[in-house]
Amino acid sequence: MSECSVELRQATKTFTTKRGANLEDVLAVRGLSLSIEPGEFFTLLGPSGCGKTTTLRLIAGFETPTSGDVFIQGKLMNKVPPYQRPVNTVFQNYALFPHLTVLKNVAFGMAVKRVPRVEREKLAQQALELVQLGDMGDRKPSQLSGGQQQRVALARALVNKPGVLLLDEPLGALDLKLRKAMQIELKQLQMQVGITFIYVTHDQEEALTMSDRVAVMHKGVLQQCGTPHELYEKPVNQFVADFIGESNFIKAKVYRVSGNEALVSVGREYFSAVIGEPQPQAGQEITISVRPEKIVINAPDASAHQGGLGGLVEQVIYVGADTRYVINLESGSTIVARVQNTGNVEEFVKGDAVMVYWEAEDAHILWF
Amino acid sequence: MQQKASFSPLSIYFWCFVFILFLPIILLIIFSFNNSVQLVFPLKGFTLQWYQSLSENTEMLKAVRTSIILGFSSSLVATILGTMTAIAVVRYSFPGRSFFIAVSAMPLVIPYVILGVSLLIMFHQIGVHLSAMTAGIAHVVISLPYATLVIAARLVGFPQNLEEAAMDLGATYWGALLRVTIPICFPALMAAFLICFTISFDEFAIASFLVGTQPTLPVYLYSQLRFPTRLPLVVSLASLLMVASMVIVLLAEWLRRAGQTAPRKG
Repeated sequence: MSECSVELRQATKTFTTKRGANLEDVLAVRGLSLSIEPGEFFTLLGPSGCGKTTTLRLIAGFETPTSGDVFIQGKLMNKVPPYQRPVNTVFQNYALFPHLTVLKNVAFGMAVKRVPRVEREKLAQQALELVQLGDMGDRKPSQLSGGQQQRVALARALVNKPGVLLLDEPLGALDLKLRKAMQIELKQLQMQVGITFIYVTHDQEEALTMSDRVAVMHKGVLQQCGTPHELYEKPVNQFVADFIGESNFIKAKVYRVSGNEALVSVGREYFSAVIGEPQPQAGQEITISVRPEKIVINAPDASAHQGGLGGLVEQVIYVGADTRYVINLESGSTIVARVQNTGNVEEFVKGDAVMVYWEAEDAHILWF
Repeated sequence: MQQKASFSPLSIYFWCFVFILFLPIILLIIFSFNNSVQLVFPLKGFTLQWYQSLSENTEMLKAVRTSIILGFSSSLVATILGTMTAIAVVRYSFPGRSFFIAVSAMPLVIPYVILGVSLLIMFHQIGVHLSAMTAGIAHVVISLPYATLVIAARLVGFPQNLEEAAMDLGATYWGALLRVTIPICFPALMAAFLICFTISFDEFAIASFLVGTQPTLPVYLYSQLRFPTRLPLVVSLASLLMVASMVIVLLAEWLRRAGQTAPRKG
C-alpha cells in the first residue's frame, strides 16, 4: 500500500458558541495537515483544549471540517457519515452499551451488518479472548472493572477489522499501574493486528512509550510531528521542549554562527549550541533549552571542562533513582539538573557553589 | 447519619394531612362493601353484591372497554410523539427551541373544560363526527406534555456518546436510536405510557364534550349519579378505578426509577 492510511489537508474546524448575546467562533483545529502511514501507531498529543480530540472526531466522522479535507485510505471522507467510514473508535469513557452483555457489545458492529448470529458470536468470542476476557461474555458491562471495560471497548472496535482504529484517551480513567500495563499491552496488540492506531492523549510519557510518531498540538495548531526521539532530542519550539519531558530555558545571545552550531553567550561565559530552524543572526537574543539529565555538575575548582556556568545550589530533591538539583545561575536564571544516583557521583548540599556544563549538541536554540 | 424520629408538630401536621387526603377514598372503599343503598353510618353489613352487579352491567362494561381502548391508543400515540419531542428538545438546539418547549407544555396549564369546548367547536367546524376517536385525539394533546417530560428527564442523564458509539460501529442514526437509545430508555417509555394511560382513563371534562355516543367510564359514571339507587354501584366502580389507577401510577414510578438508577455507568 502506497497510499496513506489517513491524510488531513489543511483541516480546520470552527465551533460557533453563544457567549452572551453574540455568537463567537472558536477555532478548535487550524490548518492541520498530517499523513499517517498504514500500520503506524500515531499519537496526537497536547494539553486539554488543544484540538486533539476534535481532530480524532474529524477522522471518525462525528465532525465535518469547516475547511480542508480528510482522506481515509485515499478516499475523500468530508461528507461521509461515521457509519460508512472504515474506522472504529475506542471512546474516552468506553461508551459500552449498558443494556447488552459483553459478548453482545462486541458483536454489535457485526449485528448491525447482519452477520449471522452463530458467526458473529464466534468472532466476538475470539475478540474477547484476544483481550483476555474469554470467560466474561455473558456479564453486563457494569459488572466489570474499569480495566476490563476498557478491554471490551477495544475488542468491540477491533472485531470489525477497521482500517484505522481511533483511541480517545482510552487509558485516562485507569490507575497508574494498570495504565502502564495497558500501554505495553496496547502496543503489543497493535503490532499483532497490524492496524493503524491513532491515539489521543495528554500524557507525554504515554505518547513516547507507545508511538511510532507523535504530533504535538497546541491551541489547535500542529507544533511538531516526528518520532519520540526527534521530539525529545530536537524540539522545534519552547512549547514542545517544555511539554515533552522537562527542559531548562536559558536566555542567551548569539555571538557567532558557524555551520550547524552557534557560539552563544550567557553573561560572560561562551559556549556552543545546536541551531534549529530558522537560522539565527549574530547579536540576536535567543533561548536555549537543555534537558535536566544532560547537565553535569562539578565543584568550581574542577578544571575538566571549559565554558561552564557558575551558580549556587538552591535546593536538593532526592527522588530515589536520581537527585534533582535546583541551581541559581549567576546570570539570574534558575535551572534544574538531574543526576543519576549511581553511587560514584559527587553529592552537593544546599548553598554549595557549583559549575554546570553540557555538551554543545545537548543545547538547542529555540524560537517562540 | 439517621435522624431520630421525633414527635414534632410538623409530623402531626403531616399525618393529619395524609389522613384528610385519604379519608374520602377510604370511606368510598368501605361503603362499596356496605349492604345498603344509602351511604350513611352505621354500616348495615358486609356484601359483595355491588361488585357482582357491576360485572353484570353490560352498558358499564362497554364503557370500560371504550376507556381501555381509548387510553391504550391515545397513550401509545402520546408516548411516540413524546419520545420524538423529547429527543428534539434534549439533543438539538434549533431556532425557536424555547418557544417549541413552551407550546408543547401548554396543555398543562389550559383548563380541560376550555380545551374540551374549543376542541368541540373545532371538530364541529371541520365536520368531524364526535366519537371515542375525537376524545382520543384530545387525550393525546393533554398527555403529551407528561410523556415528553418523563422521557426528556431520562434523555438528559443519558450519555450521548453511546449513540456515537453505535454509529461508529456501523449503525445509522435511526439504527442507533432503535438499538441503543430506545432499549436503554425503555423503562422511561413504559412509565410515560402508563402515566398517559391513567390521565386518559380518569379524564372526564374533555371526554364529556367529545365522546359523542360512546361514553368512557368517567362519563358513564357521571351519568349514573342521576339514579340514587345506583349510587352503591358507582361507589364500588369508583373504588376499583381508584385502586387500578394507584397501582398503575406506582408501577410507572417504579419503572422510572429503575430506568434511572441502573444503566447510568458509561
